[in-house]
Amino acid sequence: MAEHILEVKDLKKHFNVGGGQVLKAVDGINFAIKRGETFGLVGESGCGKSTAGRTIIRLYEATSGEVLFNGENIYKYKDKKLKEFNRNMQMVFQDPYASLNPRMTIENIIGEGIDIHQLYSGKERKERIHSILNDVGLNSEHASRFPHEFSGGQRQRIGIARALAIEPQFIIADEPISALDVSVQAQVVNLFKQLQKDRGLTYLFIAHDLAMVKHISDRIGVMYLGKMVEVTTSEQLYAKPLHPYTESLLSAIPIPDPEVERKRERIILEGEVPSPLNPPSGCPFRTRCPKAMKECAESMPVMKEVEPGHFTACHLY
Amino acid sequence: MSDKILEVKDLRVSFSTYAGEVQAVRGVNFDLNKGEVLAIVGESGCGKSVTAQTIMRLIPTPPSVIKQGSSILFDGKVEITKLTNREMERIRGSEMGMIFQDPMTSLNPTMTIGEQIAESLIKHQNMKHKAAIERAVEMLKLVGISNPEGRVKQFPHELSGGMRQRVMIAIALACNPKLLIADEPTTALDVTIQAQIIELMKKLQEKTDASIILITHDLGVVADMAQRVIVMYAGKVVEQGTLDDIFYRAEHPYTWGLLRSVPRLDQNTDEELVPIPGTPPDLFAPPKGCAFAARCPYAMQACLEEDPEHTKLSATHSAACWLLHPDAPKIEKPIEAGGRHHG
Repeated sequence: MAEHILEVKDLKKHFNVGGGQVLKAVDGINFAIKRGETFGLVGESGCGKSTAGRTIIRLYEATSGEVLFNGENIYKYKDKKLKEFNRNMQMVFQDPYASLNPRMTIENIIGEGIDIHQLYSGKERKERIHSILNDVGLNSEHASRFPHEFSGGQRQRIGIARALAIEPQFIIADEPISALDVSVQAQVVNLFKQLQKDRGLTYLFIAHDLAMVKHISDRIGVMYLGKMVEVTTSEQLYAKPLHPYTESLLSAIPIPDPEVERKRERIILEGEVPSPLNPPSGCPFRTRCPKAMKECAESMPVMKEVEPGHFTACHLY
Repeated sequence: MSDKILEVKDLRVSFSTYAGEVQAVRGVNFDLNKGEVLAIVGESGCGKSVTAQTIMRLIPTPPSVIKQGSSILFDGKVEITKLTNREMERIRGSEMGMIFQDPMTSLNPTMTIGEQIAESLIKHQNMKHKAAIERAVEMLKLVGISNPEGRVKQFPHELSGGMRQRVMIAIALACNPKLLIADEPTTALDVTIQAQIIELMKKLQEKTDASIILITHDLGVVADMAQRVIVMYAGKVVEQGTLDDIFYRAEHPYTWGLLRSVPRLDQNTDEELVPIPGTPPDLFAPPKGCAFAARCPYAMQACLEEDPEHTKLSATHSAACWLLHPDAPKIEKPIEAGGRHHG
């Protein structure tokens, strides 16, 4: 088996927003995810991280580029192969209130995938659902209830159970904890970690909370305005950020420790993220970059491996 | 004159709903000193926003009821709970300002931002329209909006989220309020914009010497901005103290739980997060004893039976927990909460 479970090659997703305008939400990103690891995708709102996740799982049709899953291009899949792919890759959504059908019982929400893929039926199906509920920290009594009877954290556990029910290899989690309270966030993150350990799952973890992403991920990709600007291990990203955007992003996050905060020098970025409808020429970050040079306006820097396993797209390197 | 801008005593606020009475705030006590930034932290439903909005008298009565015996003394002389709506209108927006969480929905979409800033100046300071707009331009410059002369004529939809939050700050500060309440002012913003807004609020606070109540769930923002912290749980204050009291010498298990459940950017990933099990109690029927007992790993029989009073730990620090009772068993504090950097 290949070392990489997922390879994303020059993936683009452009939306036609009318008036001849094209929104380049994801504009040529490359990265690969190793089997059994957690890859974090971070960036500010509008950077294209969610669109990237949705395009990888084929909720959106890609404009161009390839996504290789276990070495095969998933955009070529049809019918039977596509169904098999759907079984192997599942998604957990951000909003635990909107992503569960209010008119279905928990048993049917979790069982839907089992039915579609005809994995189990009758008594086996029921047992399967009960055992998954146990795995995510709920119990079999919950199976006959409806979503409104659960708290946000419990609903997110149901969303995870639904994704797990058909035994996928790969889970895309799009901001799975940002709608939850801090004490509950830790519960859900620990659950993700435990399930990964037990089942050898691979995660693409999309979030804006860099501290949480660093906590859960082995490697992290940083996106800005539809481009990937840096990819490295989570330790390296914090210890030695290369891209000026990563540097300022890390610096902007307040640390819950007054003494550290008193000593910290913060890089405050000027201005805001430019409109993706009209991105700057060259490097998309140059309009806010404290280290921008002349060539940054002229050409988009290519992704380079600056040191082993540490990639960045910046003219400084 | 007293040096306290706000004294809240035994504040109780309930909401009557078809399902019964929700006791959102259940006896909150705290003071706010002049020129101080006080953070109120806690999870959703702990009553932090209701407390703030009751101070501003923004919650309509009914459905909310401010219970007998509650007192909010503003500037040493004005009893907020006793004011008529008309009297409150004179204070709100002039002596007290508020910044809301969501800059997208809390500005009027049909008014230019200049008119919205000028509104309170015209009402409270009897300014002429032209003078008020001129002052609005100055305010926009103060909050760091470039080209304020042009921006003053724009509508909220023409501005980004970060800029709208700057406009909200300009509105709140237009009449030089003595008290500013910021309810999750940066939660809806991206981190790089959050850093800009925090920087701006710190700068303006120094300049105007307003007192600020900062409501947030983000302990990072607290560490960055506040001088004092109160921790709320299920409608009550469970611990209060200076920034260092709360971050390094916390005594309440809920505060420990909060501190241990957030990952830190500057720490190794191998450390497990310690979540608080369970969920907050139902405030239709709050528990008889300590509201946190059901989730507390140290809960004893006493905790289930009676709610603990606040124990004074120092001039600045107090916590409401039976573990602080002289007869309580000694427990070992989890090291992560209580001074990672102090030993």
